[in-house]
Amino acid sequence: MTDIVLRDVQKWFGPIQVIKDMNLSIDHNEFIVLLGPSGCGKTTTLRAVAGLETIDEGDILIDGKPVQHMKASDRDIAMVFQSFSLYPHMTVYENIAFPLRARRMSRQAVDESVREIARVLRIADLLDRRPSALSGGDMQRVAIGRALVRRPKAMLMDEPIGALDAKLREEMRAEIKRLHLKQGSTTIYVTHDQVEAMSLADRIVIMHEGVLQQVGSPDEVYARPQNLFVAQFVGSPVMNVAPAQVRQEGGAVRVSVDPATPGFDFPRELLSRLNGHGAGEALALGIRPEGVLVSREPRDGYLPVEAHIIEPLGSHDIVDLKVGERLLRARTAAGFVPRPGERVHARIDPAQAHFFDAQSGRSLGVRL
Amino acid sequence: MPAVTSRAQRAAHPIAIVAIAAATLIFLAPILWIASTAFKPRAIATSVPPTVVFTPEVTPFVKLFTKRVQLKEPPTPEAYEAAPWWEKTILDGGERVLRVGDDVQLSQYPNRFLNSLIVAVISTVLAVGMGTFTAYGFSRFKMAGEADLLFFILSTRMLPPIVVAIPMFLMYRTFGLTDTHVGLIILYTAFNLSFSVWLMKGFIDEIPKEYEEAALVDGYSRLEAFFKIVLPEAATGIAATAVFCFITAWNEYAFALILTNRRAQTAPPFIPSQIGSGLPEWTVIAAGTLLFLLPVAIFTFALRNHLLRGVTFGAIRK
Repeated sequence: MTDIVLRDVQKWFGPIQVIKDMNLSIDHNEFIVLLGPSGCGKTTTLRAVAGLETIDEGDILIDGKPVQHMKASDRDIAMVFQSFSLYPHMTVYENIAFPLRARRMSRQAVDESVREIARVLRIADLLDRRPSALSGGDMQRVAIGRALVRRPKAMLMDEPIGALDAKLREEMRAEIKRLHLKQGSTTIYVTHDQVEAMSLADRIVIMHEGVLQQVGSPDEVYARPQNLFVAQFVGSPVMNVAPAQVRQEGGAVRVSVDPATPGFDFPRELLSRLNGHGAGEALALGIRPEGVLVSREPRDGYLPVEAHIIEPLGSHDIVDLKVGERLLRARTAAGFVPRPGERVHARIDPAQAHFFDAQSGRSLGVRL
Repeated sequence: MPAVTSRAQRAAHPIAIVAIAAATLIFLAPILWIASTAFKPRAIATSVPPTVVFTPEVTPFVKLFTKRVQLKEPPTPEAYEAAPWWEKTILDGGERVLRVGDDVQLSQYPNRFLNSLIVAVISTVLAVGMGTFTAYGFSRFKMAGEADLLFFILSTRMLPPIVVAIPMFLMYRTFGLTDTHVGLIILYTAFNLSFSVWLMKGFIDEIPKEYEEAALVDGYSRLEAFFKIVLPEAATGIAATAVFCFITAWNEYAFALILTNRRAQTAPPFIPSQIGSGLPEWTVIAAGTLLFLLPVAIFTFALRNHLLRGVTFGAIRK
């Protein structure tokens, strides 16, 4: 059993606070991904858990025991670095055996463990090679092997596949997932790549400027972002966000993203929901590209728009639609809008719309 | 033929080979001269014009290593027959080896040579060892006034060393360090340390600190990580630094001349001191010089791969 708790953790680098009031509990065997842009404090958080970085305030508990004053070597945690950090003067075998030798294990036990993990990672035929003779993917397998071989309490991974090319990244992502399901260990994984985060995580922790923004399952952070930052950081292509005006016209409620345009139809409940959530003056509407519905023919509730740019992605297209002076990105079937400049019709799916306080960026939690 | 030739092709160009051979010959000429003089008969060592073709003999080396006395009269044929082959070469020159009982009396040269070895090896080990630790500290830890301290360390090399020769001599006399191995070892270590710290810092800076961090989380202490990871990774730098320190200590002349005269005297002040005693035996001096060149040459040759890699490795900073 290994659970990790961060309680009110603060960390400064000189005058800059890189971790602010960090509170997080990680359950046994959970795969947690720390996600955020570079400089958001995610790597520092990871290094603090590993013991490579001290914290200025707060507690880090592993299995309920405060470890913030313990040396890295006493925390029984393994780490995989972005650079893999394989010891260049040792063979693959020696690299994997290295953490076991620290524990003065018998030669035979070391040998058994190394060969076992090499088999699991499918690198048994590479054991006599030097790291310099390995491909990027194999280096990473060795690095993971070195981390897993002593069955650590927890596994920390700092952008472990960030240095690989796209195809290999995808392959290794699947491999990491497979290993986690097979070996099962509490894992904290740092990345700035939201696709990696979504595909691997049990829960995603999104950080920005040292502050934890949201913790939740991939579904949660995607479908219910708590603020504009999360809304725009998670998901590709990025969620459309525009200042919105809500107007009541007769029996209908309309939301427009450009005052010159008529506005999109929304159900009547929107007004009462917005009031109930204490919406201020300035509202922002967020809608993911798949929430922008496009029709070639005029239909009830659809506004005429002009297709501006089309990005064909094979399985689907991303189409930039001009709504007045604003652009809304929509996801359509491949070739649905034949060419730029075409007049089409669009509406917003109210069920997929998000409303944010434009000042604070906070989500109003309005779901229709 | 392509306009751009590869480096390998250029290197093989006959003009390049001739040019390199010529340059090598010019640079090696003094050493060739010393080497040939060391094997010359005494009579032609200083002949003008110089003799280039001669029958080499080992007499200078025999003389270099032994104490000798002049023979008043030529040796008897029996005595000549009984002498070992190497002694015959000096009997021919009207001298004999000095013996106490049956023991051949050695000259001071082997002893001076040994002093040089002791002082140079120990001071190199100390300077490189301490330098590596210090450089590691400077490279890996933040400390107040780091840049100032590094500059201070380097500043010890800014004065020409001979400027402090007299104060050094007075200090050494007060502490009883004159003409001791320890005295020279301390001096050469201190002298090489700044160099060693700076050079090693360059090398250690190049070693990613993730290697040690990986070792730390793998369950090793920082000291263990230093010995198991940093030292092997820095081997190239250590070799290069050791060669430089060894050469400096081995060749040092001025302080050895001032601070030692008998017991701890090293070879550099000893060899020329032989010129002054009686008629200069140039062939013997050449033999002594030639042997003196060997340790540095062997040491450098043994570490040449490290050295070549090391010099460029440490010199190019990202």
